[in-house]
Amino acid sequence: MRTVADHTVTTLAILATVIVVAPLIAIFIYLLYMGASSLNLDFFIKVPKPVGEAGGGMANAILGSGILLAIASIIGVPIGIGAGIFLAEFGRGGKLAQAIRFTADVLNGVPSIVMGLAAYALIVAPKIPFLPFTGHFSAVSGGIALGFMMIPTVCRTTEEMLLMVPHAIREAALGLGVPNWRSVLSITVKTASPGIITGCMLAFARVAGETAPLVFTALGNNFWSTNLNQPIAALPLQIYVYALSPYDDWHRLAWAGSLVLIVLIVLAVSLVRFVTSRGVLKGAS
Amino acid sequence: MGVGIEVVNLNAWYGSNHTLQDINLNIPANHATALIGPSGCGKSTFVRCINRMHETNPIARATGTVRIGEIDIYKDAKPVEIRRRVGMVFQRPNPFPTMSIYDNVAAGLKLNGYTNRRSLDEIVERSLKNSALWDEVKDDLKKKSGASLSGGQQQRLCIARALAVDPEVLLMDEPASALDPVSTSKIEDLIFQLKSQYTIVIVTHNMQQAARVAEKTGFFLNGRMVEFDSTHKIFTNPSDKRTEDYITGRFG
Repeated sequence: MRTVADHTVTTLAILATVIVVAPLIAIFIYLLYMGASSLNLDFFIKVPKPVGEAGGGMANAILGSGILLAIASIIGVPIGIGAGIFLAEFGRGGKLAQAIRFTADVLNGVPSIVMGLAAYALIVAPKIPFLPFTGHFSAVSGGIALGFMMIPTVCRTTEEMLLMVPHAIREAALGLGVPNWRSVLSITVKTASPGIITGCMLAFARVAGETAPLVFTALGNNFWSTNLNQPIAALPLQIYVYALSPYDDWHRLAWAGSLVLIVLIVLAVSLVRFVTSRGVLKGAS
Repeated sequence: MGVGIEVVNLNAWYGSNHTLQDINLNIPANHATALIGPSGCGKSTFVRCINRMHETNPIARATGTVRIGEIDIYKDAKPVEIRRRVGMVFQRPNPFPTMSIYDNVAAGLKLNGYTNRRSLDEIVERSLKNSALWDEVKDDLKKKSGASLSGGQQQRLCIARALAVDPEVLLMDEPASALDPVSTSKIEDLIFQLKSQYTIVIVTHNMQQAARVAEKTGFFLNGRMVEFDSTHKIFTNPSDKRTEDYITGRFG
């Protein structure tokens, strides 16, 4: 009887794993099937051609996505981690901490298109003095919209990971006469850093594929542009436009773009994991 | 060198729970003093009051006077300064898991802004030798994490870490209760050697351990100190009936 139960649970667990992994593999294979044939060097080094002309690539969109995500990470990661540290280490049960936690959870549930509209209403439509990226569509406003979408995920995972650090380790640091702030930054955060990095990567991967917030902020651009104060192309935007077009070669490019987007996200996440895992010591949990 | 500890009318609370009541005692310098008593009697709270770790719990507070050498720790100094002079070893070994063995020992100095590499190397070596761990780890100092050591080794690493900041007093809160007998006897040998240089206060549940390592023993019960005397007297001819009942195993 016990063996039967054991086998049943094992089988169910394997089944669940297959159900989780299957769609991912299916999507990837389908993308390879539809997109790989349109992938060539041109895709990575050329900008889109006008309607009717064959060829062209998405070099500007790849670069644009990179720029947007860099801006988003510069905003989202430090603010998110800082807020998470506050929640776990300094605010704890206080009223302010509860308010921040609630706000972060609500922000996490706000649909991405609403984030885009909010960014549009606050920084794209009005011209704000001394901020050259406001008053029109721009790369910076797109990055800001994505960055604010990263904050809640980064903040809450940071908090949870910090709370998982055993109390004994904090006591060890305090017992050595280390000031509390130093102990938090050098011991607690460092101990929790693998989990915090995972949280940042999750947030990064999530916003990397966002289209809706960019429609109202970065807008998209058919030309090569690195000007942060001007509209900029992004892979998800380009895919969206191309996929909705009536042209077959644009459809193929959209498939290729989707494939490239996913591969780039996987590469970026793996790179961060590789870099941060170096220097981890033997036996460190 | 160690310094003596003078405790006058020490009271401590956790929330509304009065865990230490009117404790008065003098702990001699450069000796080991054992604190025994049943669980929840306040002996751990007492040692945590000596380095002001007690107050890291937001609901805890303490009143009274604790003098370490010339310093009244609740009046004349900040908690972080006291904790550098009064090292602590906890019940469960708690090395920093992300740090190498070397960095664990150097942590107290590095995190307080001490960066001289050469003397750090010397201090780490001396501290590990003082905690009888050097020979076992000298080849992996910077390669292995503190968490990769065995439990007994981890506890000696924690002792080395406490010694590296050059304290005058070493508090040990049941330092061997999570360890096997071999590791326990190593820790006891260590206490024997260390007491020539440091004042040691050790909380223990193991009465043989108290008898083996300490010159003085205090018996705590229900938040009060019932008796404080030479270890020999406590274990052979206690003056209080409750002490006798406890050490003969009639309760606790």
